[in-house]
Amino acid sequence: MKSDSTNILMAGVGGQGVILASFLLSQAAVEAGYDIKQSEVHGMAQRGGSVTSHLRIGEEVFSPVLSEGMVDVMLSFEPLEAVRNCHFLKADGLHLYNTARVNPSTVTSGALTYPDDVEERIASCAPRSLAIDATALAEEAGSARSANVVLLGALSTLLPIEEGVWDTVLHRELPAKILDLNLRAFAVGRAQTKDWEQ
Amino acid sequence: MKKLLSGNEAIARGIWEAGVNVASGYPGTPSTEILENLATYDGLYCEWSVNEKVALEVALGATVVGARAFCTMKLVGLNVAADPLFNAVYSGVKGGLVVLTADDPSRHSSQTEQDNRNYARFARLPVMEPADSQEAKDFVAEAMALSEAFGTPVLYRTETRISHSKSLVELEDRVESAEPFAVNRDLSYCILPAFTRTRHAEVEERIRKIGEWAETWTGNRLEMRDPEVGIITCGVTYQYVREAMPEASTLKIGMPYPLPRNLIASFASQVKKLYVVEELDPFLEEQIRLMGIEVAGGKDLIPLENELNPRIVAAGLARANLPVNDMLLTEAPAPAQGVPPRPPTLCPGCGHRGVFVALNRLKAYVTGDIGCYTLGALPPFSALHSVICMGAGVSMAHGMDKGLAERMPDKAQAPVVGVVGDSTFFHSCIPEVLNTVWNNGTSVLVVLDNRTTAMTGGQVTPGQGCVLCGQEAPHIDIAEVVKALKVPRVRKVDPYNLKEVEEALKEEIAAPEASVIIAEAPCVLEYKIKGVPYMVDAEACTGCKRCLRVGCTALSLTAPPEGKDKDVVVIDPAFCTGCSICAQMCRFEAILPGGEN
Repeated sequence: MKSDSTNILMAGVGGQGVILASFLLSQAAVEAGYDIKQSEVHGMAQRGGSVTSHLRIGEEVFSPVLSEGMVDVMLSFEPLEAVRNCHFLKADGLHLYNTARVNPSTVTSGALTYPDDVEERIASCAPRSLAIDATALAEEAGSARSANVVLLGALSTLLPIEEGVWDTVLHRELPAKILDLNLRAFAVGRAQTKDWEQ
Repeated sequence: MKKLLSGNEAIARGIWEAGVNVASGYPGTPSTEILENLATYDGLYCEWSVNEKVALEVALGATVVGARAFCTMKLVGLNVAADPLFNAVYSGVKGGLVVLTADDPSRHSSQTEQDNRNYARFARLPVMEPADSQEAKDFVAEAMALSEAFGTPVLYRTETRISHSKSLVELEDRVESAEPFAVNRDLSYCILPAFTRTRHAEVEERIRKIGEWAETWTGNRLEMRDPEVGIITCGVTYQYVREAMPEASTLKIGMPYPLPRNLIASFASQVKKLYVVEELDPFLEEQIRLMGIEVAGGKDLIPLENELNPRIVAAGLARANLPVNDMLLTEAPAPAQGVPPRPPTLCPGCGHRGVFVALNRLKAYVTGDIGCYTLGALPPFSALHSVICMGAGVSMAHGMDKGLAERMPDKAQAPVVGVVGDSTFFHSCIPEVLNTVWNNGTSVLVVLDNRTTAMTGGQVTPGQGCVLCGQEAPHIDIAEVVKALKVPRVRKVDPYNLKEVEEALKEEIAAPEASVIIAEAPCVLEYKIKGVPYMVDAEACTGCKRCLRVGCTALSLTAPPEGKDKDVVVIDPAFCTGCSICAQMCRFEAILPGGEN
């Protein structure tokens, strides 16, 4: 990977808004004047499967996909998805994750159990992790559905993109009906990482 | 101003810019978004056709009058459309024709991993392949110009990582064909043997001339850097090569067939060692080796299956002791073990669920098909046993029925049921049902009619009374169609009524004639269906887990309440649509309507 690019991985569950968060980040990167490539596989994602989005921002980006051990910042929308994708993170990579669990169908069916030690497993594979109860924070901001924007806000302070750029993009890309809610969610998210001692 | 577009959005823009007049296709991941995006542009006609063969014939027809046509499909769709494709190469085209195949290395959403560049060599037509969204857009106009200059259809190959990746694109204006459109009653599209005696030779000569044209085509791009190592590559793999060996010289092929021989020979002579790096088949490599050019490494270094990435390319080139980017050679961290998988599942409230619960109980062998209902193959349903291609569910059930007729005539002993969705029914099942009826078949077909092409994201079907661009259209009723095909037994069932579904299946399996059962239930996702959720009475719940057999993610187990020792079931009201299938499974009346939203 070209060393001058910032590599970001978003991981979550179909329906959690990974695609929207990654769209907003892409638009912010363009607005900030970067070259960007973003890649996702969403064939059956809306059927509740795992979803990931790869984003690469820099002067000149070649590959649209990331390889294992190459991610600078990972944003996990669900703890189990964090563990599933941990191997993409660099040894010193930063990691933000939503603590709200979403049971996979293999767990709801009773066939398997959700690992009790998921937090410990995250701590061991991603030592520089910050847990965020994004779903609860989003509820406080007005709707649990904005958890994705809370997480995006938290991620935003870790990237080389100015606050004003985010503001422009959120205003431009979000429908008026849900703008205020999401501006609140984004601000709540930013507050989570502003003083994070990574 | 540059715009961030996915490959598919860029292709749609390219179709508009290239002055295309008629566009057609059938939905299929990863191609679907092309026509969905194109439908938002003015100045051209576009349609979802009922299947890929029909789509290609529509596009070919448009070229007869001089119109420009573009046709989209996923990789396996080209198998369906192969007949008109091969023949259109012989007929040639008047207006330009570009046929797009969206391949899917690693089979993210596909049955097979076929490398459709091979169709170009097989059918003798040129194929172009872009490496990012800018090229994805630009190559549409390039392919259209090539098609019109040589009177040939052009294959356009994209793949998941191009179609579903976004990068920056410079936009241009639309340029329409300057030629007048007309109906000339010549016989060029009539490929009767008597008329085409010389056509094969002409086709070979045409492809040879296109190879010459390719020598100076800017889409084949020679980039000299370090002359020690030269790498020939194409498509998205070019991007991986640039990461893996930034200093290597590259010849980036934009048209994998026919190849520019002289350009390749010249590149080979300018570098010390020549390698070929490509995804899937050794398509470039074999052609280059046949030219008598020495290739130091190709598929001996790079895997033949699955999609590539920078690490895989670096590891492959490192095996030949090439100086690759060190960062990519560090040992890849291993994925975590013991993480419960999160496969896609039928949505809570999905109308397919009840049918699969019933089929599972009847222990039927189910000949399935392609759609959301393919998920019926997975636990806890395990009620779908064959998936081959679209339409196969109907005729395989008929074939099994005939195979069993002599030796196991009691159908209840080994029940066989075909299952298809509504979009699949319209795609290819009309001739299949007709065949069953005509041959005195006695098989049972269930049509799961959810009034949309759900798996690919809700594209319209002929059963919805409208078309791609939103205009009203005749509503085609599946029951009326199968009655017109003289299916002797046709009935509708409510798939949310387990008893009704099970009884209907039993009766139709026992019947000595062919039957079609139509299970009507609009897609909960597409039509945003949300009723009053159900709830579990924890006192009444015995923790028997019978309800979990319906495989609904709104249900889960929770710790036992006081005085009980077994985990009990809870229903998440945010996900529950109130479909009641789980309640029908419960023997203790522990699942009741009236949960709070």
